[in-house]
Amino acid sequence: MGTISLRNVRKAFGDAVIIPGADLDIEHGEFVVFVGPSGCGKSTLLRLIAGLEDLTSGLIMIDGEDVSDVPPARRGLAMVFQSYALYPHMSVRNNIAFGLKMAGMPKEEIDAKVTHAAATLNLTDYLDRKPRQLSGGQRQRVAIGRAIVRQPKCFLLDEPLSNLDAALRVNMRVEIMQLHRQLDATMIYVTHDQVEAMTMADRIVVLNKGEIEQVGSPLDIYNKPNSVFVAGFIGSPKMNLITGPLATKFSATTLGIRPEHVELLASAGDVNGSIVLTEHLGSDSFLHVDCGEAGRLTVRAAGDYEGKPGDAVSLGFDRARIHRFDSQGKVLV
Amino acid sequence: MARAVPLRRKLIFTALAWGIGFVIFFPILWTILTSFKTEGEAVSLPPSFLFFDWTLENYGIVQERSDYLKFASNSVILALGSTLLALLIAVPAAWAMAFAPGKRTKDLLMWMLSTKMMPPVGALIPLYLIFRDLKLLDSHVGIVMVLMLLNLPIIIWMLYTYFKEIPGEILEASRMDGASIGKELIYVLAPMALPGIASTVLLNIILAWNESFWTLTLTTKNAAPLTQFIASYSSPEGLFWAKLSAASTMAIAPILVLGWFAQKQLVRGLTFGAVK
Repeated sequence: MGTISLRNVRKAFGDAVIIPGADLDIEHGEFVVFVGPSGCGKSTLLRLIAGLEDLTSGLIMIDGEDVSDVPPARRGLAMVFQSYALYPHMSVRNNIAFGLKMAGMPKEEIDAKVTHAAATLNLTDYLDRKPRQLSGGQRQRVAIGRAIVRQPKCFLLDEPLSNLDAALRVNMRVEIMQLHRQLDATMIYVTHDQVEAMTMADRIVVLNKGEIEQVGSPLDIYNKPNSVFVAGFIGSPKMNLITGPLATKFSATTLGIRPEHVELLASAGDVNGSIVLTEHLGSDSFLHVDCGEAGRLTVRAAGDYEGKPGDAVSLGFDRARIHRFDSQGKVLV
Repeated sequence: MARAVPLRRKLIFTALAWGIGFVIFFPILWTILTSFKTEGEAVSLPPSFLFFDWTLENYGIVQERSDYLKFASNSVILALGSTLLALLIAVPAAWAMAFAPGKRTKDLLMWMLSTKMMPPVGALIPLYLIFRDLKLLDSHVGIVMVLMLLNLPIIIWMLYTYFKEIPGEILEASRMDGASIGKELIYVLAPMALPGIASTVLLNIILAWNESFWTLTLTTKNAAPLTQFIASYSSPEGLFWAKLSAASTMAIAPILVLGWFAQKQLVRGLTFGAVK
């Protein structure tokens, strides 16, 4: 089992409050992603769960048991660090075996587990190498190997892919997702990359300034953001956020509309403007349209769209897909 | 690309470096040379540099008069003992300061260093009285304690600088892997910091070996190390330069050899963290 519950978890360093109070329930086998901009407290929250930071107040429960004062080693969790944090003086084999040795497992059992983990992660040929003789992707695999041999209740992954190049990152993303399915383990994954969050998560936890802004499935969060912050953070290109008279017309302080929900019309749209820039991605084109008072809006058009900078366009908003936010930045229902 | 240095400048700098090296080494060289002279030649004016009657008689007399091995073994016991004891205290201390610093850690480090700036004679009388009352005068235990305390600030500082270079995440990883603090120190931190620990140990052995103020004042016979052995030749009977030199040469020889073999480690240790 691997359920984790946070009850009013608070963390402060002196006067600086990092996490003002977080409540969250994570089910067994879930892949939960903590996402937010840098400095939002997502790594701190993960480290609190790991036990690497002490709680200021609140309660952390694993499988219903209060572990707030239990040291990291006895929480039954495993962590993969951003920097991999491999032991540089040990071979890959000993890196993976270290946790099992610390647990006092018999040698034959350790060997069997290490061999099995190495086979799962394609590391068999590298078992006798030192970490410095491995590539970034291989090091990352060793770090994951070190976590899986211990058969933890839950895996904690702290931006594990951010040191890898783009191509490798996509591969490792898939590998981690497959591993999650294979192991049927709970995983908490921290990232600042909303694409990783959207593609990997069963549930996303969006954090902002230490507060949990919204928890939900990726599509839930994408389609029903409950604040301006979540609306602007999730989605690429970003949601258009309009303030001023146009928003007032829709009786909102801030009006949000995603680029794919704006239609190009010949005339009589909700707002008129002129094209500033077009980005052709092949499948789609993104137009940056200067709409005067409404600001600059991004619009998705067909891949073969032929409009040029300077062309006048009229934009219509899909009424079913507009998001309205109040002066506090919260969604209006 | 290395900068091209004009040959002439290279020559000048090389000559200058050799010159300075020679000046620094000269007293030791002179001591060694004098140890091979007769007492008469040792004080002759003008002094003879290389052309004198080389003799080993001083070494013979010195060995006859005092038990070199007893002093030398005391030096080894005191140097190694104080170093090992200091290490036992300094490794956990430096670990705490490097990886779990508090608000006052920096002040604490500076305060520790500041104790090195006090003239040792300032602590002589209280320490002597404490030693007398605790019956620690001329005992190995007492001197080991004093030498350990004397060098502890430097050892903690050096280890602290080494430990600071080690990424904390690796230690956290070992904690997640179930290592207790003791195991974390032994299996993860110590092997990674081994070069640093080695040069710290070497430096401390040299410092402890050469320490003379406390060893001369707090020992007489039983725990007397080689510094006492040298000093015994500047006796009330008068100065015997040649024999004193022979005794000095015998006293510094072991540490000179150790220093020679370990110089690479030492230089790395002393300049560690200076350039990254």
